[in-house]
Amino acid sequence: MTQNSIAAKAAADRAALIARYPDVFHPSIGKRLLTPGIVAALAALFIYGLIFLGFDLWKFIVGLGRLGQFVWFMIPPTTDSWARFFVYLDALFETIAIAFLGVSIAAALAFPMSFLAAKNVIPSRIIHFMSRRFLDTVRGVDELIWALIWVGVVGLGPFAGVLALVCSNFGAFGKLFSEAIEAVDRKQGEGVLSTGGGEIANIRFGMLPQVLPIIGGQILYFFESNTRSATIIGIVGAGGIGLHLAEQIRTLEYQHVSALILMILVAVVAIDFVSSRLRFALIGRKPLHT
Amino acid sequence: MSTTVTRLPDAQLEPLTRAYAQSLAAKRRWLWLGLAIFVACFVLASFSADVRLQVFLDNFWRFPDYIVRIFHFDTGANTGRIVFSDPADWMWGIGKWTTQLFETILIAYVGTIVGAIFGFFLCFLAAENLSMNGWIRNTAKRFLEFCRTVPEIVFALIFVVAFGLGPVPGVLAIALHTIGALGKQFSEVVENADMRPFEGVTASGATWAESVRFAIVPQVLANFASYALLRFEINVRGASVMGFVGAGGIGQDLVEAIRKFYYADVSAILVLIIVTVMVIDLLTERLRHHLVGMEHRS
Repeated sequence: MTQNSIAAKAAADRAALIARYPDVFHPSIGKRLLTPGIVAALAALFIYGLIFLGFDLWKFIVGLGRLGQFVWFMIPPTTDSWARFFVYLDALFETIAIAFLGVSIAAALAFPMSFLAAKNVIPSRIIHFMSRRFLDTVRGVDELIWALIWVGVVGLGPFAGVLALVCSNFGAFGKLFSEAIEAVDRKQGEGVLSTGGGEIANIRFGMLPQVLPIIGGQILYFFESNTRSATIIGIVGAGGIGLHLAEQIRTLEYQHVSALILMILVAVVAIDFVSSRLRFALIGRKPLHT
Repeated sequence: MSTTVTRLPDAQLEPLTRAYAQSLAAKRRWLWLGLAIFVACFVLASFSADVRLQVFLDNFWRFPDYIVRIFHFDTGANTGRIVFSDPADWMWGIGKWTTQLFETILIAYVGTIVGAIFGFFLCFLAAENLSMNGWIRNTAKRFLEFCRTVPEIVFALIFVVAFGLGPVPGVLAIALHTIGALGKQFSEVVENADMRPFEGVTASGATWAESVRFAIVPQVLANFASYALLRFEINVRGASVMGFVGAGGIGQDLVEAIRKFYYADVSAILVLIIVTVMVIDLLTERLRHHLVGMEHRS
């Protein structure tokens, strides 16, 4: 075939394609304007936000300069003395303990609750709706707010932090667990029922074996993310390393700040490593990306 | 209809039942071991976290008491009555609070947009499958990890000192944390993308940036938008406490009300925050379902 005939054939093909798929080659004006329209709306809201929040370029540059200075002051990270280091290390362990207790107690409390909130266990719409809204309410309050409230109840200290994490995890766990329960395969439960098992036996042998690995994985993931949140509840006086962190930032001891951040980073990475290994063993496949 | 179950002869049955019992026993042993480790950790953690059960039991009544008390008026003509009896008095600061809530949402919005833009550009550098230079990839990954691990409120504490009180440090803190969180989720989406279009575009002579633009971005954009929406919802929650450290939003008034024992105000602000978070939760969930549906259709 010559060059010309190929070109002619391509042109004919193209014409046929255009005739067959008019939507793709000549989309309606509304469709064409949709994407730029969305982007323009998002950008307009963004600029409005900057103005509303009093964003000032000059102040921003000055602030960046000051921030650069702080980072310069942070190097090298040091705690000045070993005694200080051990104080921080103790607080770090306290933080991990808070996260551990917060997650395990919340999981134990949310487990029965999640059955109430699962549609396929309790078929009552009212109970389902009420328990879901209850969990949403608990979840809607940030852990720092819970910490403030519990500090008022049991006093300053890590115990208030444990209770705050229990509350905020309870809401999240209740939702996640009940979703896992709602996603179970019904066939195994039907098998249990057909051999004469009751409703309890159905839950125990038909549902639990399916949901336990999923729940276990979620608990481990939350342990990681709670170690991060447990580092901040100290800011409102609920124990852990956050107390030292906030104090050192306020007293402008920047080398201590960077040392503390470094310690937190190391602890989180270590827990991340251990828990992803455990999750791997529990679920029996490549760790889920969560 | 009846069926008869054939029973194996004992000689055949015996090794099978023994193997079953053994595997069951092994499983039990692991379970008990795990449980023992868990209990040991729990006890250890209880000592470290200074759990005082007696104090808890003695003071637990304060918690329901507190909840009840914040739903009753503590000053004025309505003292002692439940807040729902006079909503106008309960929500006396509604004008001020809605402005602050609006500010909170804007902090979350601007922070999410900035974080998403930076996360978008960084995720391609951090993705394993786009054959970036190993040094660049590891730097990008460590940077994202750092941004993700340091909680936003810690960034806010530092930024407040550098940029002064107000919403700007809040925005920056949320943006920085969002870069880390979204950058990681985005790069995981990119790692799961179909590589054949990328190879095709590269084979036709495109540069790395062009290949990413025309082969990867169209595949991942819907998922990116879905993750960004989820992050926006999380950031609204985060922005509601930024005021605790002086970084703007409604948190400032909330912490003041809690610390100064303005009980009715605490419940009013909490209810407003919870309702806002729920509404945003519902809206973003709708949008995300729509986005995911779009992705399946194309």
